[in-house]
Amino acid sequence: MTHAAATHHTSMGLDSRKMAFWAFIGSECLLFGSLISTYLVYKGKSVVGPYPHEVLNIPFTSFSTFDLLMSSLMMVLALAAVQRGDMKWAKIWLFATAFLGLIFLAGQVYEFTSFVHEGLTLQTNLFACTFYVLTGTHGAHVTVGVLWLLTLWVRALQGKLGPAHALTVEISGLYWHFVDVVWIVIFTVVYLIQ
Amino acid sequence: MSGPPEARGLRSWLLTTDHKRIGLLYFWTALAFFLVGGLEALVIRLQLAQPNGRLVGAETFNQLFTMHATTMVFLALMPLSASFFNYIVPLQIGARDVVFPRLNAFSYWVFLLGGLFMNASWFVGPLFGAGTLSVAPDGGWFGYANLTSRQYSPGPNIDFWVLGLQILGISSLAAAFNFIVTILNLRAPGLKMMRLPTFTWMTLVTQFLIITAFPVITVGLVFLVFDRFFGTHFYVVQAGGTPVLWQHLFWLFGHPEVYILILPAMGIVSEVLPTFARKPLFGYTVVVYSGVLIGFMGWGVWSHHMFSVGLGPIADSVFGATTMLIAVPTGVKIFNWIATLWGGDIRGTTALHFAVGFIAMFIIGGLSGVSHASPPADLQQTDTYYVVAHIHYVLFGGTIFGLFAGMYYWWPKMTGRLLNEALGKVHFWLTFIGMNLAFFPMHFIGLLGMPRRIYTYAPDLGAGIAQLNLVSTIGALLIGVATLVFVWNMWRTRRHGQAAGNDPWGGATLEWSIPSPPPVYNFSVIPTVESRLPRWKSEHHAAMRDPPAAPPAPIHVPGGSMWPLVTALGLPVLALAPLAHALWLAFLGAAILLIGIYRWAFEPFEV
Amino acid sequence: MPSRYRLWLLPVALAFWGCAGPFPQSTLHPRSDFARAIDQLFTGIFWWALGVFVVVEMILLVAIIRFRHREGKPAPKPMHGHTVMEIAWTLAPAVILVFVAVPTVRTIFATAGEAPPDALQVEVIGHQWWWEYRYPDFGIVTANEMRVPVGKPVQVSITSADVIHSFWAPALGGKRDAIPGQMTRIAFRADSVGDYSGQCAEFCGASHANMRLRVLVQSDSGFAAWVRQEGGGAAPQAEGSLAERGRQLFARSACIACHVVEGVSQGIIGPNLTHVGGRTTIAAGLFPNDSAHLARWIADAPSLKPGSLMTRMAPPLTDADVAALVAYLQSLK
Repeated sequence: MTHAAATHHTSMGLDSRKMAFWAFIGSECLLFGSLISTYLVYKGKSVVGPYPHEVLNIPFTSFSTFDLLMSSLMMVLALAAVQRGDMKWAKIWLFATAFLGLIFLAGQVYEFTSFVHEGLTLQTNLFACTFYVLTGTHGAHVTVGVLWLLTLWVRALQGKLGPAHALTVEISGLYWHFVDVVWIVIFTVVYLIQ
Repeated sequence: MSGPPEARGLRSWLLTTDHKRIGLLYFWTALAFFLVGGLEALVIRLQLAQPNGRLVGAETFNQLFTMHATTMVFLALMPLSASFFNYIVPLQIGARDVVFPRLNAFSYWVFLLGGLFMNASWFVGPLFGAGTLSVAPDGGWFGYANLTSRQYSPGPNIDFWVLGLQILGISSLAAAFNFIVTILNLRAPGLKMMRLPTFTWMTLVTQFLIITAFPVITVGLVFLVFDRFFGTHFYVVQAGGTPVLWQHLFWLFGHPEVYILILPAMGIVSEVLPTFARKPLFGYTVVVYSGVLIGFMGWGVWSHHMFSVGLGPIADSVFGATTMLIAVPTGVKIFNWIATLWGGDIRGTTALHFAVGFIAMFIIGGLSGVSHASPPADLQQTDTYYVVAHIHYVLFGGTIFGLFAGMYYWWPKMTGRLLNEALGKVHFWLTFIGMNLAFFPMHFIGLLGMPRRIYTYAPDLGAGIAQLNLVSTIGALLIGVATLVFVWNMWRTRRHGQAAGNDPWGGATLEWSIPSPPPVYNFSVIPTVESRLPRWKSEHHAAMRDPPAAPPAPIHVPGGSMWPLVTALGLPVLALAPLAHALWLAFLGAAILLIGIYRWAFEPFEV
Repeated sequence: MPSRYRLWLLPVALAFWGCAGPFPQSTLHPRSDFARAIDQLFTGIFWWALGVFVVVEMILLVAIIRFRHREGKPAPKPMHGHTVMEIAWTLAPAVILVFVAVPTVRTIFATAGEAPPDALQVEVIGHQWWWEYRYPDFGIVTANEMRVPVGKPVQVSITSADVIHSFWAPALGGKRDAIPGQMTRIAFRADSVGDYSGQCAEFCGASHANMRLRVLVQSDSGFAAWVRQEGGGAAPQAEGSLAERGRQLFARSACIACHVVEGVSQGIIGPNLTHVGGRTTIAAGLFPNDSAHLARWIADAPSLKPGSLMTRMAPPLTDADVAALVAYLQSLK
């Protein structure tokens, strides 16, 4: 991926792709902000159960959260490896990040399935609507991130990813960390503060 | 002229990543939608020319006013501004293109497809088993829940609206990221932020408003899609939800949207006035900072659209006050514009006429705005023709006048030929008289008790109201005639237009230092900027020398890409899936998107 | 009276149309404390706005005439700004806005919708596309025409049975949205007897334009008489009369699925018809309550009000049946 920014000067001294990405993250904050606000506004407004405390499994989700936090650590290691040109470890850490992301997604699939078994479908009540759409949107973001990381990993396996692409990896890392941070907020708001 | 020859033919336009071509594509597409939206307005006005109008029925009328507003806001005014962002901003900052040329092409194609998707609803009724040709959206451009729920709007009308808006939002967001980075990062050497042309500054503020406002409406629309297609209860009262949630989400977006529509026009006016008064913009810093301030304050006023909801006296007082406060930076801008004219050597070009018309009309719109910033007064005015008058003074007298000023000002840069000034004056005066005839009476129509969005009214509303409505309709027809004059003017410049040269107006900013239309690479040599008005001599600076006609060394120009178009095609396919209840369409759309993005990411593309 | 001065000022255009009134839905002819408070506030804002308008547009006009291009005119002196002037024209609008904001806040709290506890309670329920009114103190349920006594405070509580509507009778005050699942309030004290029209002000679907209403402000005795009338059961029909045949027809037809006539039917989807004969209009204020309109309405409501839930009868009613139903409904005083 070559780029305008690579050949053009940058007035602010910040790479253009990175700048665009920060703007994107800012925009995403408003997206998740609106979703989380709606969750809070509708909290306790459901007229039928199941209610949050009846279905939410905090120990299980704590594990998911820990898993996602660890994936962020892997991402940091992956970027460091790419930057120092250590492609062997870069491949390992990239795959580890994506793999932990996949575990998180599997956890979400399990969680959703068990909720449905407990009688909480998308249409059940306001809690279900706001919960599924909020966490589902986050899950979709994780999915995109996993696809992105796996793409980078495949490129690395093909030998097409090197220290010259550190910025590409850095930006995917920005995204991954952002998605992680959003999860921390969701975990706190939805699971911890009931 | 050296440099690569310009590619020709349809293919070259489908694949183009040149900001100038994309700017032209935006222009012509948005102009076409502008004419469509105008026709819708004319039918509305003909229906209301007299009491008990029978030209169209209730259902058609509701579709017309919904699509008139949706078209004008999302398919005409925003993209007309975008055409100037595209064409002019890179030139004003001394850049060869925008920072992400393919993303730019993607924005355009998504806009085009989104607009076509939404307007297809006029013709596809039979496909949905509707008894009518049209299943156009009919819930108002503000689509208030719970009228838009499946229960109260069972047809596909609202589906076209909600899915179409989602598509268009992606276009605006993609373009906004692009222009933020372009403006911040691709400035020519020496072009500090406080030397940026005012239009570029207002563009930047607008893009920040877009990236913050559009996610909010996206969430509101996602809820609506889920409610309509997947049986959720976000706006369902029986489940404990409230339709007022939609109003908050919509206006949290909707009010910044007003500034998204007006700030670019304010930027254009701030370019046109100094050029034709031969005087620098008075209070540049203040004008720029008021623009930024308006952008910020635009976030704290949304509930003034909801005074009749009854949010309580405290909320009403707060939102009334913040709304009034926004009049201060707006007023400051107006005073600075007038001070720019004061003491100038004003050449009465058509562009200047429209710019001055903007100020004159915007004052009226601003003042009526203050009267419904006052919540109790708003309780009488909201949802009446008084507010229709207000928004048209702001968006027609304001935004459209500003955009017309920009068209007469930059048309020669974009096409190489000047629009005819005599026809331009006819266009201006017909538009000016037409709009005042059309919209001024609406103040009285509203105050005398006629609500908006009604397809018919009884004679016993008052004979005067009927007469004023007739006057308004005549004014609307006059605007129609004026627009035809404008279209004719554009058409005839193809053969008869006077050649523009580099700089027909004596402009101070960088776009006037290069040929019209500019070569593919824009600047043969990237200029170095030493002052705010580089092409004008000032006390401290000599006028900048224009770049040489031929580049000293060959300039690489990117060759275009088909992947933005392919990727964009995935979105309407995806949107068709819920409409057609066809899961395979969803997979097809997603596949197109994925393939497009992957090919895009890995194709060799050098800027 | 401030509004009269302002009407005076309405541009020449309106002066020519001096004969164009009356304007039954005008916001400029307040007939209650609520409406007067708003009118007074708006009048103040109007004068400020007019002053600003004249001054600023004059300066603009002077600027473009005085400084227009003339041959041989020397190049203008570049002026980049002027700090004192910037401060001045930042403060000027701010100060004017204080003069708007203070009375605004005062009026907000004065018109917050809280009537004294002894006020007449009226509940308004918006329906697509008609209004239901309930008087809990008297057990009265009626439609489209609200009646209130002159000079007495009225507490109006507003909600909706379906989508969002907005209750608006301009002579009596500002509009307030009817939101399903919520209760909103306005309060007013009408100051003169009269028949005031209004209509739904929030777009609510196909026949939004046809969702009109009336508020009849009556003398104390007139109101009391109406309450007595409405409080009673449905009027009886004379044996063998056309109205009596109409009642039998009504009781056998689909009408009863939607309409209440006390002692005859229980439907709750449409307006309560127990005293429909006593109303001045039908179809949410669209038509006078006379035989011709009633007959057309019964025969084919959707042609008069698009989207109306009251569909054509299948098989269609004969003319004789319609005439009988009209006679019956008119007898329900």
